[in-house]
Amino acid sequence: MKLFGKKISDRWLGVLAILLSLLLWQALASLVVKNPFILPSPIDVATAFLALIGSGTILKDIWVSLIHFGIGLGTALLIGIPIGIAMGWFRGIDSFLDPVIEIIRPIPPLAWIPFAIVWFGLTNASAGFVIFIGAVFPILINTYSGFRGIPRIFVEAGKMLGCTSNGALIRYIAFPSALPQIAAGIRIASGVGWMCLVAAELFGVSKYGLGQKLWFFYNLHQMDSVVVYMLLLGMIGLFFDWLFRYYIDRHFLRWRSGEVA
Amino acid sequence: MGDLVIRNLTRSFVRDDGELLTAVENINLTIRQEEFICVLGPSGCGKTTFLRMVAGLDQATSGEIILDGEEIRGPNPKIGIVFQEYSLFPWRNVIDNVAFGLEMQGIEREERYRIADQYLDLVGLSQFRASYPSELSGGMKQRVAVARALALDPVVLLMDEPFGALDAQTRNLLQKELLEIWEKTKKTIIFVTHSVDEAVFLGDRLIVLTSRPGSICEIVTIDLDRPRNRTSIEFAKVRRQVLDLIAQPKCSLQ
Repeated sequence: MKLFGKKISDRWLGVLAILLSLLLWQALASLVVKNPFILPSPIDVATAFLALIGSGTILKDIWVSLIHFGIGLGTALLIGIPIGIAMGWFRGIDSFLDPVIEIIRPIPPLAWIPFAIVWFGLTNASAGFVIFIGAVFPILINTYSGFRGIPRIFVEAGKMLGCTSNGALIRYIAFPSALPQIAAGIRIASGVGWMCLVAAELFGVSKYGLGQKLWFFYNLHQMDSVVVYMLLLGMIGLFFDWLFRYYIDRHFLRWRSGEVA
Repeated sequence: MGDLVIRNLTRSFVRDDGELLTAVENINLTIRQEEFICVLGPSGCGKTTFLRMVAGLDQATSGEIILDGEEIRGPNPKIGIVFQEYSLFPWRNVIDNVAFGLEMQGIEREERYRIADQYLDLVGLSQFRASYPSELSGGMKQRVAVARALALDPVVLLMDEPFGALDAQTRNLLQKELLEIWEKTKKTIIFVTHSVDEAVFLGDRLIVLTSRPGSICEIVTIDLDRPRNRTSIEFAKVRRQVLDLIAQPKCSLQ
């Protein structure tokens, strides 16, 4: 079949798979399980979605979740990048901080929830804190290893061209050289942070939020609405990933094109 | 004025097992301004260490390097370098690579682009000013690296086997272009190579190093007229003379 270009037929294959999954899901739900609490069908979910749009809290939920996520990721960037730079560039700071970080890092972010509540109460900052814990280490580690992996030749070439102070070398040589890896760290961090969101909103920091509503509808046993929020969480996560893959990579890391085939 | 004086230059390293390893031993040399010097020696003979000390990237264990009466102790704007490895900053396009040194000196964008464009024109790559290094061939990268080093108008240009990674044809072409640039810009050039052919084609004088530790075995003055012809009988004679020299036990290339 050369009627379509390869790309177009590939794309149709993907669409076909989604349609088949929906059909299978519908068949499983309405013919096998026959219990919308255990497995709501796609039609149940679509109906629930339309009802939820009518009641009008979806946008507010998204907004509040984005605030939580923004607080967490923003703080993680503000703290993770400078510490990663300092540890990657100055050996003394690396030796000094590394043991402390290696002890704290393996603690799962959700294990911090009790202290998030004790320290910040039931506030947006509290949810932000849990997301921060999840996001800060991938950013820190990637910034650090990006700085560690700077080819010596770039630093020496910079020095020979009059870029000699630590500040100038970090700004003009090391940071741009490490940027692809820092960006990869931010991308991982946004994924981890988004995963922490659902748990962070579980303990009632706000009246709205995608994670909060997920638990809310679970308690009401409205599993079709739970699926709506699951899909929303997935799609917004996908959107962040897409933002990184297409926007950041193409606009800020254009120089890498051609380096990796 | 402008002479580069090297006195009793020695560099030794302490190896991990505690043994003292001498890479460069007691080099004495005076290089006149605008001279083209080739340093010839086998891999690992200390020629890169020697060049790094002149660049100020490595400190001598003893001895001194004096340019224009000023001792070289660290990177100095009077000395530019082109490395063997590709050293262009991949995140900057060609013009911003060439203008990098000027930017570090705080020169305004318009002025530094004006100067950088001149040097880019000198190496014949004006039409690639907006390209990124990943889009250039090996030969083009090294041309840009030459322009970048020249943009700061150094007195001395150091070149560490800059054409080592290029194919033979590109290499010959770049050697010719380098000589033209040298004649136009009147730089002192110290060019490290392990190729006798390259050294005889380029240099006014050849410094032949012994291997391990690197010290001067012999200095050969090359009296061939420029432009030199690689296939002429005179060229072949000098080439044979140098090849015979480095085959002798006293400065044997192993």
